[in-house]
Amino acid sequence: MRNTPTASTRLINFLGSMNLAISLLVVLAIASIIGTILKQNQPYTDYQIKFGPFWFDLFKSMGLYDVYAAAWFLAILVVLVISIATCVGRNTPGILRELRHFRENVQEKSLRAMKHQLSLSSPMDNTAAQAMTQRILHAQGFKTRQKVADDHVVIAGMKGRANHWGYWLTHLGMIVILFGGGILDNSSLAIRIGEWQGTLKPETRNLPAADVPAISQLPPDNATYRGSVDIPEGNHANIIFLPVRDGYLVQHLPFDVEVKDFRVEHYSTGMPKSFESDLVIHDKALPKPLEATISVNHPLVYNGVAIYQANFGDGGSKINLRLHPFNSQFAVQDVEGNIFRDYKLSSSTQNYTLELKDFRLFNINDMEEPDGKVKKRNIGPSITFKLRDATGQAMEYQNYMNPVNIKGQNYLISGVRSSPADPFRYLHIPVDTKGGTGRFMRFLSDLQNTELVKKSALETTRTSMQQAQMQNADVENQVIESMVHLTSIFATKGSDGIMQEITTRFPEDKREAASEAFMKVLNASMRAVYQETLKQEGVTGEPNEADWMFFDDSLLAIDKISSYGSPWLIQMTSFKQIEASGLQITRSPGKSVVYLGSIMLAIGVFLLFYVSHRRIWVWIKPAGDKQSEIVLAGSSNRNQPEFELYFKHLQDTFTQTIGREVTHGNATGND
Amino acid sequence: MATQQEMIDSLIEQPGLFQRLGLTDWLWAGLILAATAFVFVQYGQVMDAYEIGILAMTAPGLVALGWFWKSFQPYALTVAVFSLFSAWLYSGSYANAESVFGLKFLLSSQSAIMWMSALFVMATVAYFGGLLANSDFTQKTATAITWAALIMGFTGLMVRWYESYLIDPEFGHIPVSNLYEVFILFCLMTGLLYLYYEQQYKNRSLGGFVLLVISAAVGFLLWYSFERNAAKILPLVPALKSYWMKIHVPANFVGYGAFALASMVSVAYLLRANGEKNNPQGFAATRLPPLEMLDDITYKAIALGFAFFTVATILGAMWAAEAWGGYWSWDPKETWALIVWLNYAAWLHLRLSKGWRGVPMAWWAIIGLFVTVFAFLGVNMFLSGLHSYGEL
Ligand code: HEM
Repeated sequence: MRNTPTASTRLINFLGSMNLAISLLVVLAIASIIGTILKQNQPYTDYQIKFGPFWFDLFKSMGLYDVYAAAWFLAILVVLVISIATCVGRNTPGILRELRHFRENVQEKSLRAMKHQLSLSSPMDNTAAQAMTQRILHAQGFKTRQKVADDHVVIAGMKGRANHWGYWLTHLGMIVILFGGGILDNSSLAIRIGEWQGTLKPETRNLPAADVPAISQLPPDNATYRGSVDIPEGNHANIIFLPVRDGYLVQHLPFDVEVKDFRVEHYSTGMPKSFESDLVIHDKALPKPLEATISVNHPLVYNGVAIYQANFGDGGSKINLRLHPFNSQFAVQDVEGNIFRDYKLSSSTQNYTLELKDFRLFNINDMEEPDGKVKKRNIGPSITFKLRDATGQAMEYQNYMNPVNIKGQNYLISGVRSSPADPFRYLHIPVDTKGGTGRFMRFLSDLQNTELVKKSALETTRTSMQQAQMQNADVENQVIESMVHLTSIFATKGSDGIMQEITTRFPEDKREAASEAFMKVLNASMRAVYQETLKQEGVTGEPNEADWMFFDDSLLAIDKISSYGSPWLIQMTSFKQIEASGLQITRSPGKSVVYLGSIMLAIGVFLLFYVSHRRIWVWIKPAGDKQSEIVLAGSSNRNQPEFELYFKHLQDTFTQTIGREVTHGNATGND
Repeated sequence: MATQQEMIDSLIEQPGLFQRLGLTDWLWAGLILAATAFVFVQYGQVMDAYEIGILAMTAPGLVALGWFWKSFQPYALTVAVFSLFSAWLYSGSYANAESVFGLKFLLSSQSAIMWMSALFVMATVAYFGGLLANSDFTQKTATAITWAALIMGFTGLMVRWYESYLIDPEFGHIPVSNLYEVFILFCLMTGLLYLYYEQQYKNRSLGGFVLLVISAAVGFLLWYSFERNAAKILPLVPALKSYWMKIHVPANFVGYGAFALASMVSVAYLLRANGEKNNPQGFAATRLPPLEMLDDITYKAIALGFAFFTVATILGAMWAAEAWGGYWSWDPKETWALIVWLNYAAWLHLRLSKGWRGVPMAWWAIIGLFVTVFAFLGVNMFLSGLHSYGEL
């Protein structure tokens, strides 16, 4: 009877085969892993640096930077859908048969051959036995069919048919989910098609939205999208940006979103408690603008478009800066600006661009308390900026506005780094009793003032020589000269400068001694200058311990200035914060489809596992003297151990109500 | 004749659900409803519609759980009594945790969790000891210790919940919000599932295996709280302030617990299978439960875990739709949940439709544990993404 299968039957058999299904599940799992190991959708330059040109290109052509939108990944999903559909299609006729047929035409022989079966002989007559059987099976929740034959009666029962519904719900649910998520809500698919047709091209340059060419824009009636936009307080927008690989597209919205106010609320620990935006939707279709407040976990859905509070950032805060030059020949400058803008600056020797990048009102940092414990503390507002020199080289700075107390001393803190990959190195400028940089700057400028250094060097040298009762003009001059010389080196080049001086002037074996001597001289000179600085400030008498601590801190700071990379200490003097609300705006018409599929799947899985399709047959034959011979048999498609227990229970019920068990030897071999 | 008829009736007629319930079952239901009503009257004003909904679903859920598994009733009651006693000891001041004896050494959340940890380790040793010495008494003791550990652990979580409000009403949240808290949840879920199967199959010889995983989790928990100060109660970040969290996370951990259990039962399976082959009179082949039973427990646990994990993943997607603006973002945590799910879907297909059993499936269930552990721990350690809380 068996035909050789045709090619199309073979294909269908293959597509609906369990082997393919299992392979697909495993392949999909492995493909998904790749996308979690390789961080997705980073700027392409990051990948280039990480992998080098060869691997970078190879991975790019394999779509590994956006695995879940890659053609091959979609292909796996498509094959999965086809496979599930074929499987359901192939199994459905069989399942329908299972559901409909009670199999009351079963043969006695096959019942006796079943794993779960029992022979009984009953003192009841045929009718009574039938009635009792029906009663038992109905009480157990079975639906029954009865077949009356010439010499016997079969009662066939089944229950738990929902198990098969479970199969349909699970697998159709998967298809529904994949359709909703993979087709209806697949924005990357539409973009891909647009790119193939040449009607769309993601923009990779950092342009203002207004300058983005038409080929990188999508109309407001686009069916599905998911993108984001930052809107400063008081501003509005009718576009969002959709990230596409290493670029973006501009998606126009069918309405205009205004952010009236943005708020961050904080817990007592300083951690953020909630982000909220007061939005106004302007739409011609509305009689009056729609006002709503959104927060994290509480989006606004308007006309099928959902608006989420995703994050927040600076919206172009107004900042006033004071630039203290480290070189005393130049004057203090004030700059007024906004975050995200660039400003031209010129120093003694160079032109710079000051790029204001970010303002933060709160900075919760781990700080060491005076008692040595580390605690989270808000250290106040900060500004992040880059200073780009004429050659295009830039250093990034993060400067805190308020002095920070570290182990009892107050400092102005400025972090610097040359690449975002590096951690910040910090400059700690000690703050004077008035809370400003006045004393530090004056001291620095005094150190650079040769006349003043010479004068104070002269004084100290004289006093110390008098104390040592020495009179030697030559020695005196030499000491003073080296004091002035070394001080000027330190004040401009730090200790590195001094080291250089030593290496060029002394052979290796003399360097240590020289360095010791230099330090002594330098220290004496700077102490003298510092006392002079204090005098100018109006401090009379000997400097106290705090003053000397300040002196030490100042030297540490001055030492670092040469590698600080900026000719100024840039201090934020005041600000007016303007925040921007980060909105994520999506349109996903497939969402309810996906939810429907999910509910099908969830119900289906429980039905599959916790309902089993059970069948019971009772075969009854009259056996003279108003007695009956009975065969009880059963089967289940799930949970065999449980069914075994169940069948035992059923056996007991039958033997105790209808008849007694016939041991195998006594069974009539009646076919 | 009448008595005969009555006997037959009583044999045939299936008692309805309500007839099968005893007095304690009704007391249990009454108590749960009373407690729910009390919570509603007391806190109804500050709960939003979803929270009231969750409360309204919790009550019948607990009643049903207690009816389905009788041992759950005394267990939950003991936890409730301990928790209320602890709250009474606090009498509104968090500082009491350090000064009141009963809190400092027993019922503050941290002490209770320390007790849980110690008891779980003891129970592991006792189970293995009982198995090796073939001592029924020791194994019974191990069961009792496990119950004690579960009581202390659950009490610890409940008290932690209360403490979070004591520290600052604004901090208050259900303790399923970070890695520390969910590790406790993992220990509890795995332990409860184990005890359920232990009763069902009337076999205590798997206790040591399952509790080994719990003890490993306890080891991590201790390291995490001592080295990283993870036990500190902190307020929730805005993304976690959602009622979805309350159901998504526990559902997930039924899944994780069940998968862990399945893998450890599979370890026993491998030992027994190997024993039967190489040394039929040996320890593994005679003392461990028969292979069919091990296979059956493994299947049941994976099926249960898969069902709950399916629901949990769907709930997670719904939450993500509200918090991140998309029900599916291929975020590493999400993706790994999918991987775990696909893995067990493949396992279930093989077993149910192809009828695979035995050693390969046991190995697969064990590998499943590693996949699972990566999904709930490895992702937080090695991969970054939107699920950025609970970092190590
Ligand atoms: C992501 C895709 C899939 C999921 C999540 C899934 C899920 C499930 C689950 C949970 C079961 C229950 C296990 C059981 O009790 O038998 C099941 C059974 C089954 N699946 Fe799938 N499945 C998927 C794909 C497929 C595919 C592609 C096929 C077809 C080749 C298939 C064929 C079957 C069959 C024949 C059964 C047994 C039904 C029964 O015994 O009544 N599945 N599936």
